[in-house]
Amino acid sequence: MFKKLTFSLLVVLLIGIFAVNTFAASGSVTVLGVWTGGEAEAFKKMIAPFEAETGIKVEFTGTRDLPAVLTTQVESGNPPDVSALPNPGQMVEFAKAGKLVDLSTFMDMEVLQSDYSPTWLDLGTYKGKFCGVFISADLKSLVWYNPKEFAAAGYTVPTTWEEMIALSDKMVADGKTPWAIGFECGAASGWAGTDWIEDIMLRTVEPEVYDLWVSHGISWLDERVQRAFELFGQIALNEKYVYGGSNAILTINFGDSPDALFTTPPNAYMHRQATFIKSFILDHFPNLVPGEDFDFFPFPPIDPEYGIPALGAADLFAMFNDTPEARAFMEYIVSPEAQEIWVGELGKLSANKRVNPAAYPDDLTRKAAKILSEASTFRFDGSDLMPSAVGAGSFWTGVLDYVSGVPLKNVLMTIEASALDAYRK
Amino acid sequence: MRTKKITPWLYITPAAFLLFFFLVYPSINTVYISFFNYNSEKFVGIKNYLYCFSNEIMLNSFRNNTLWVVLFVPLTVSLGLIIAVLVDRVKYESIVKSIIFMPMAISFVGAGVIWKFVYAYRPASAAQTGILNALRSFFQLEPLPWLIIRPWLNNFCLIIVGVWIWTGFCMVILSASYKGIPRELLEAARVDGATEFKIFWKIILPLMKPTIAVVATTMTINVLKVFDIVYVMTNGNFNTEVIANRMYKEMFIFRNYGRASAIAVILLVLIIPMIIINIQRFREQEAIR
Amino acid sequence: MKKLISIFSGIPLHLVIITIALIWILPSVGLLITSFRSSADVATSGWWTVLQHPFNFTCYTLENYREVIIRIGIGKAFWNTLLITIPATIIPILIASFAAYAFAWMDFPGRRLLFVILVGLLVVPLQMTMIPILRVFNKLGLAGTFPGIWFAHTGYGLPLIIYLLYNFISGLPSELFDSCSIDGATPFQIFKKLVIPLSLPALASVTIFQFLWVWNDLLVALVYLGGTPDVAPLTVRISALVGSYGQDWELLTAAAFVSMILPLSLFLGLQRYFVKGILAGSVKG
Repeated sequence: MFKKLTFSLLVVLLIGIFAVNTFAASGSVTVLGVWTGGEAEAFKKMIAPFEAETGIKVEFTGTRDLPAVLTTQVESGNPPDVSALPNPGQMVEFAKAGKLVDLSTFMDMEVLQSDYSPTWLDLGTYKGKFCGVFISADLKSLVWYNPKEFAAAGYTVPTTWEEMIALSDKMVADGKTPWAIGFECGAASGWAGTDWIEDIMLRTVEPEVYDLWVSHGISWLDERVQRAFELFGQIALNEKYVYGGSNAILTINFGDSPDALFTTPPNAYMHRQATFIKSFILDHFPNLVPGEDFDFFPFPPIDPEYGIPALGAADLFAMFNDTPEARAFMEYIVSPEAQEIWVGELGKLSANKRVNPAAYPDDLTRKAAKILSEASTFRFDGSDLMPSAVGAGSFWTGVLDYVSGVPLKNVLMTIEASALDAYRK
Repeated sequence: MRTKKITPWLYITPAAFLLFFFLVYPSINTVYISFFNYNSEKFVGIKNYLYCFSNEIMLNSFRNNTLWVVLFVPLTVSLGLIIAVLVDRVKYESIVKSIIFMPMAISFVGAGVIWKFVYAYRPASAAQTGILNALRSFFQLEPLPWLIIRPWLNNFCLIIVGVWIWTGFCMVILSASYKGIPRELLEAARVDGATEFKIFWKIILPLMKPTIAVVATTMTINVLKVFDIVYVMTNGNFNTEVIANRMYKEMFIFRNYGRASAIAVILLVLIIPMIIINIQRFREQEAIR
Repeated sequence: MKKLISIFSGIPLHLVIITIALIWILPSVGLLITSFRSSADVATSGWWTVLQHPFNFTCYTLENYREVIIRIGIGKAFWNTLLITIPATIIPILIASFAAYAFAWMDFPGRRLLFVILVGLLVVPLQMTMIPILRVFNKLGLAGTFPGIWFAHTGYGLPLIIYLLYNFISGLPSELFDSCSIDGATPFQIFKKLVIPLSLPALASVTIFQFLWVWNDLLVALVYLGGTPDVAPLTVRISALVGSYGQDWELLTAAAFVSMILPLSLFLGLQRYFVKGILAGSVKG
């Protein structure tokens, strides 16, 4: 028994040692990303022409555990050549620690400046160093609805906050429930709620005040922040407005939430969510036609002087090791050729202005792209820019607590306490 | 047993070397950086520890971990023991054992999905997709949002998931020990007219005491490190936070190495009572050798 | 008559066992049924609704399993998992049984202190060890290699395995060791001829658990081995099935069963080592 065991162990060990794979052989670039599932497939399609043309092999790892893997690899001195970063906040942290390569040292900045709007370039710059490039964006300021049901009930798309509230009241009076809201998302529960607050903030304060709020230049106890929460509460805390009330908001997964729009009769009529929710709707209801069975309108303005601003998030790449292969890779992914494949596969919005709108999979996506490019103001998802202890911590939890009935004052005091601690570091 | 002086070391060294490299050395490193700031550049003394004992969420985690110890450990150990002893008497033993063991073989992601279908909540007017709420609506009761009713119900719900997963572990270890009890002893007691209940208390339990202590130690340590279940199901929202999940967040999400390390060191300190209990057993065993 | 009583007195026993088993298996049955349903059905009705007309086969689909098998490319990932799991199970158990034997039956200075350290190490969270260890791995060229991950799993698994085996081996009757020593057997002979065969139930149980942990591990593999298809084990590939916003999570239901087959069969296979009275006859009264 003993001998057999030892022998078989030896055999396996030998196989293993010869099957050894080291990271990053020459002529390759290691890339770490959050993309999995269909997104990983799209990513592979995007890099296929690059691999074919340059002969450089892209060693891609897609994992939702990216924070843990990237932190460990960077701290142990063996980062991937290139990595997608969850948000610009993380980019700033890595840039601050001196881990990122300044891309302006080899990239043609003039082309970039003509291809990208200044917003994207500014977001990728830390203290004069250009560290991050954006390959695509998602527009968040959208309210999804079912046009057929709207028409049947004689509802019209609201163009102001007051109209939207009036419409909601009308629906309630008709014995219907206006809103479908769901914030559950496992370990990331709450992010969908922070989007609401950010969208409302953008519509009630100057963009500069929004930026101040993001950088903790104004306190969470500021009355303008408080107002944003209260306006959100006007909808979310009204049990008659929300399908299933606050319990549903807290327990229903954000991806399942829009399902309520497509039951007969509909359980709800409106759903505020980013462009990517389209894939969830089509996954649950494969027979629906985008633009006919479901559509969206821009999240309406609240204080008219701020117009219809756009809130968005974007996919961001940064470079950790300066190798010729990594340089080639970075130059490829900022190009319109690469991004046309990427946005065409996923229905994301491109960051590069030269991307041909024909690349988008449908009219709905083109419409979103138009809203994004015509928006009076564009701001990045605020929670993604805050230190993660707030932006992926107390802010998420705070919105959930507020919905669950914790007094607003306490919610904001808790977030403020964590912000005082987090921004100081 | 008499051996040459060198012999024990031949047996111990490979294990000691690996343990030192993979666990002792990183732990020393952890203790060291727990006295530094978030990126380990500035010495901050015991500030990270003060934070751990004053921050509201941390205090909440201590309370929840206590709740886990009080409920999870007795439940897993006693259920594991009862099942191990009972199934020994039936012919379909290995089927039942596989069923109890199965949750251990399911990955945490899988387990998260499974329990989603137990605790899922849908508004009262809709068809329920969670079995508990389906049962409630069958009895004309309002559906409950199990995972958000704080502070007790949601924690209980999470602990039940833990018990479901880990009872299999306790059962397997306890069963191995139960099988080791000489059958002659039990037969002799039966011949003497002892009831099964009495045999369990007077013979089986005392003989299995060391193993029960081992399993209880393992489960207690498990509770201190409990992380996956909470991370997947609530991520500590609604007062369900636990120490290890806080550590994971501070380490990888908030990237505050100092604080994460301080929390890890606190875990090490919390284990001291278990070490004392174990060292007493160690001495007892030494004495009878 | 007596037989009749014993049958009836057995009923409560069966009832208790079967009830527990049913409660335990219920959530998994839900998962199994869900794995054969389309995501549209899953979102709108509970899994138990199919039980109302279980033979209406239109409500089942093999789509989830098909997708999982195509996308993972089972072959390579399965092979990688085995290549990681088998050595990462055998090595620590071998090393641990030597150490546990020494702890239980040999005298050496510092024995007690080492035992205290061992119990303390049980609680070390492995997330905290990764950065310092990966640093050393990078220097030694072990990062991204199979031997690297074998050692890592060995190191992380050792404390519990030694602890559990120590408990079992120390419980063996001391008379056995005395009589063997008198017969002039060396410690290694005693280990091989006596300790190992008598500890089979304990060895079988730690084998199962170490195997399971390595098999289901995701983080250690991602950090020490990486997630490229050449080296990625099943868990890494499975977790990458689901989109970054959680799209297609229903694939996890099928994946959970695909990845459970081997550990469960190992458990069943090792059942024969959980034999009654392994010590019977070895101790002569």
